[in-house]
Amino acid sequence: MTNLGGSKMSQHKQIRIALNNCGVIDPENIKEYIARDGYLALGKCLTEMKPEDIIREIKDSGLRGRGGGGFPAGLKWEIAAKNQADQKYVVCNADEGDPGAFMDRSILEGDPHAVLEAMAICGYSMGATKGLIYIRAEYPLAIERLKIAIEQAREFGLLGKNLFGTDFEFDIEIRYGAGAFVCGEETALIHSMEGLRGEPTIKPPYPAESGYFGKPTNVNNVETYANVPIILRKGANWFNKIGTEKSKGTKVFALAGKIKNVGLVEVPMGTTLREVIYEIGGGIENDKKFKAVQTGGPSGGCLTEKHLDTPIDFDNLVQAGSMMGSGGMIVMDEDNCMVSVAKFYLEFTVEESCGKCSPCRIGNKRLYELLDRITQGKGEMEDLKRLRNMSNVIKDTSLCGLGQTSPNPVLSTLDNFYDEYVAHVVDKKCIAGQCKDLMTYFVIEENCVGCTACARVCPVGAITGEKKEVHYINPEICIKCGACEERCKFDAIIVK
Amino acid sequence: MNKIKLTIDNKQIEVEKGTTIYKAAKELGIYIPVLCYMNLEGLNIENKPGGCRICVVEVEGRNNLAPSCSTDVWEGMVVNTHSMRVINARRTVMEFILSDHPKDCLTCAKSGNCDLQDMAVKLGVREIPGQEYAEMSTYKIDFSPSIIRDLDKCIMCRRCEMMCNDFQTVGALSAFNRGFEAAVGPAFEMELEDSTCTYCGQCVAVCPTGALTEKDHTRDVINALSDPTKKVVVQTAPAVRAALGEEFGMEPGTLVTGKMVSALRRLGFDYVFDTDFAADLTIMEEGTELLDRLTKYLGGDKEVKLPILTSCCPAWVSFFEHYFPEMKDIPSTARSPQQMFGAIAKTYFADKISTKREDLVVVSIMPCLAKKYEAQRDEFKVDGNPDVDFSISTRELAHLIKEANLDLNILPDEDFDKPLGESSGAGVIFGTTGGVIEAAVRTAYELHTGKKLEKLDFEQLRGFEAIRKATVDFDGTPINIGIAHGLGHARKLLDEIKAGKSEFHAIEIMACPGGCIGGGGQPLHHSDTSILKARAEAIYREDAGKPIRKSHENPYILKLYEEFLGKPMSEKSHHLLHTAYFDKSRKIEIS
Amino acid sequence: MTKIKTLADLERIKNEMRSDKDLNGSQDNSENAVRIKVGMGTSGIASGARDVMDFLTEALEKRNIEAVVSQTGDMGYSYAEPTIEVRKPGQKPVVFGYVDVKKADLIIEKYIKLGEEVEGIIPVNYQTIDD
Repeated sequence: MTNLGGSKMSQHKQIRIALNNCGVIDPENIKEYIARDGYLALGKCLTEMKPEDIIREIKDSGLRGRGGGGFPAGLKWEIAAKNQADQKYVVCNADEGDPGAFMDRSILEGDPHAVLEAMAICGYSMGATKGLIYIRAEYPLAIERLKIAIEQAREFGLLGKNLFGTDFEFDIEIRYGAGAFVCGEETALIHSMEGLRGEPTIKPPYPAESGYFGKPTNVNNVETYANVPIILRKGANWFNKIGTEKSKGTKVFALAGKIKNVGLVEVPMGTTLREVIYEIGGGIENDKKFKAVQTGGPSGGCLTEKHLDTPIDFDNLVQAGSMMGSGGMIVMDEDNCMVSVAKFYLEFTVEESCGKCSPCRIGNKRLYELLDRITQGKGEMEDLKRLRNMSNVIKDTSLCGLGQTSPNPVLSTLDNFYDEYVAHVVDKKCIAGQCKDLMTYFVIEENCVGCTACARVCPVGAITGEKKEVHYINPEICIKCGACEERCKFDAIIVK
Repeated sequence: MNKIKLTIDNKQIEVEKGTTIYKAAKELGIYIPVLCYMNLEGLNIENKPGGCRICVVEVEGRNNLAPSCSTDVWEGMVVNTHSMRVINARRTVMEFILSDHPKDCLTCAKSGNCDLQDMAVKLGVREIPGQEYAEMSTYKIDFSPSIIRDLDKCIMCRRCEMMCNDFQTVGALSAFNRGFEAAVGPAFEMELEDSTCTYCGQCVAVCPTGALTEKDHTRDVINALSDPTKKVVVQTAPAVRAALGEEFGMEPGTLVTGKMVSALRRLGFDYVFDTDFAADLTIMEEGTELLDRLTKYLGGDKEVKLPILTSCCPAWVSFFEHYFPEMKDIPSTARSPQQMFGAIAKTYFADKISTKREDLVVVSIMPCLAKKYEAQRDEFKVDGNPDVDFSISTRELAHLIKEANLDLNILPDEDFDKPLGESSGAGVIFGTTGGVIEAAVRTAYELHTGKKLEKLDFEQLRGFEAIRKATVDFDGTPINIGIAHGLGHARKLLDEIKAGKSEFHAIEIMACPGGCIGGGGQPLHHSDTSILKARAEAIYREDAGKPIRKSHENPYILKLYEEFLGKPMSEKSHHLLHTAYFDKSRKIEIS
Repeated sequence: MTKIKTLADLERIKNEMRSDKDLNGSQDNSENAVRIKVGMGTSGIASGARDVMDFLTEALEKRNIEAVVSQTGDMGYSYAEPTIEVRKPGQKPVVFGYVDVKKADLIIEKYIKLGEEVEGIIPVNYQTIDD
């Protein structure tokens, strides 16, 4: 399966390519980057390679976009290179927006020069002299380190005119995003950079044909660029031996949720979810039972036990009903209600929809409302059909990737946890005990000593009982605030 | 030639490369329903944000459904416009849209004339699942002097935004908020009155729902007509007679001048007059001003401002006050015909019928919404009493007529009252693009050269091209004339003047596509631009049939000067018929 | 700084730096220095890495231990922030997690001075591109 570039198999599941310098060098010292062969790839490209050779190398490497879509990077570069124009642009998408994801931020904070070098290489290969980094303003440290890096690169003559004594010039500017999730979509990102409302437009035309101010523009994300210098240094053949048949190299994931070792991991494509979660991530927190893993952020889906041995790559994840996305990986345990999980993601999408197309603007809101009702015990079986139909239509008709994927958390939980939905709707029960409206507080008679503490703390007078006798909680009056359970010293009150 | 073969609903068709699925289907006679999409053919106006997603179709080999309005065809494409997947999606999307739309159709100004309503009927939506717990987005209603914005009804089709930004370059409307709360309006949710809005009303003209409507003054008019202490005078703009019939099922381009007069009389107006009379008056004043400036210019006066710009269109006046205040001394100072009429009615005519100013109510019927705003401008009031009390649109007049149980189709033709009802053909053509300048040329030529015009029809000034140029030979002196309709096109001519590159002596500008016949107060064209052309033809037909076709030959105009004004540009004229312009450029402070 | 014009210029800087193979403290090539890198990504700083770095710099100087303290990016162990890497002369680097000022003090006193074990060592769990 995973072959590590001819080297002997290592005991380690991780291999750090994009994170090569992250946590190793001082990101504010360009010399440390150079000492680790930084800017060597750019030097070689400019002095020894033709633009088409570089594009071929990137194509041969099999590098696919790490921002979510997985479009072959070399092909993107090639299209931008072939479109003639007086000005072209290289754009780095650093608008990382998935909840819980911080891969790109870490790369920019730990190894900013790798991105600058890659953008210059891309510029040379497609005939662009200007680079733009679109970064969310919520990443002040990354911005600061990028600014220092750009300044240092200019000082060392690695950005600017006559790079490596050639005619090639390239410089980079930073553009700030206001943290709108949809601006990670490349056409919306470009509009935002142009000073327009951050909303997507229909493709085609693709940015590689008509992008920033109508000029051919290549947009890749941070992690994609971070791979480029190393690919060119070590060769396409080194890179494409890592990973699976259609997904080459590694992927950085931000491991989060109910997992012991929360953090950044970089694994070869083809590593299984089980390896990531149990071997690298250390398994589930507090040794609870694994329930699901959510990949791909709000566009992704929830995968279960049965998917744990699926080798992670672009195509397998889609087939399993989720997607690679930019690399968020959130682990859930038995205490997570899957209806609530779907609701959480829909709440995010509703918040982040730009509002341009009706299915995303209104449909997602309706999905959210329906999920909310189900978590309140107001759902009906008919609603589950409606959830599915609405989800399918929103996917089928939305304008951009946001709406086309936003129902995925609903569909994947419907597919994998249908019983849990039915429990909410028919039994009015939340198995995970997360949906407050579906919980009932009651007294365990054996444990109750009749101390009256609970009755005294109840704000609505739902608890009755004589001193030294078993107390009773009236579910009709109880508002489920939990005060009684907290106050009881005898573990006599439980919630189910 | 780049041809592409494709199949739509099992029918083969060959179309040019770059054609959309929607247009290709239309060639086959398959009408895919569209909501946000709008194409004003011949005017170069197209709105296709791909936002409503009603027009989706199934394309073989494509994962999701394709918006037919904005997806180009490709060789061998196989399209299905009515698979069950498509129909289900279309209906579900429509349910989404309706779930966030008020259901007050009974009292909505757009009821019966609403694209969204029609679409709901077409798609057979009978219920909206989950409506009882569906949150609806709500906004404050914005009442401006001309336009009412009720964004609860906005469906984000972005047509208004496109008209305001791309066509008019006014930039008063843009999308604000995000997601479910998104709607279109002035930046920072300002009120229209605080924005750069010119009240041209083109946003209203294209709005597919009741989100944008005119400020309705029919109730005020009814009150005035039922007040026995008031004399109520009505004036009708030229473009109204060419469009009013459409509201009563007549063919576009049907002239209903006589029927309209008779309807107004039956509604109870004491005097039914014609704005065309005031148009003739405008020509006398503006034409004289033009000749005056021209003569000075040709005499070598370097100070004289040329080109002279027409000033009949109130949206256009607002536009240069907002965007080109440094050029506010270039347009003619002549008031618009509506205001000239009001000023004369409340002085000259009020005296004639021995009625006090405050007991005379002047109502104007206009194809325009900006006229409502114009009527309430302070410079057109005397001690707070406006020269024109109420300005109502063609659509509002149609409502009044229907409300009064009158059928325009069977009303007899009647004539306007005298003296303010008599007009020349020159006054009539004010209603279409190029008409004002043609009318001015007819008079200015004869006054300047002292010769009689051989041919009154200046074909070179007519048409629908966005910017037109023509040179008219004033007996050896070539006069360069420019015409623009649409403020975006006007902006181009103004930028030329600003840069000192303008070749023109006189320019006519109208804010709306096609001039007043395409005004924001006209019966809705529902994207059919052939209607606008039919109206323009009707206007020229009316002109051709008039016994008098030059303003300076209108006997009642001559009598007005003789009895009251003296001569054009006299002191009295200046006082009553001319105006000044103000710098309305604004900086928006963000606090 | 003269600009880099050729691959040879690049090589020169690299060699300058390479004389200290582990990049820490390019100015100080002493063989005897303890080299400490502090993970200063956003999550590290948010967990208190700046205090740790300040403490280490100050304490090592006060205690007369030849050392070079520098910052680096996120090491990837978010669950154990702040994290630091300590390399004693001639030894393999060791990464410590959950390093607050108290722990940093312990690391100096026990691990650096005496070579005793300190809890919280994070084993290397990845290979590099050069492996």
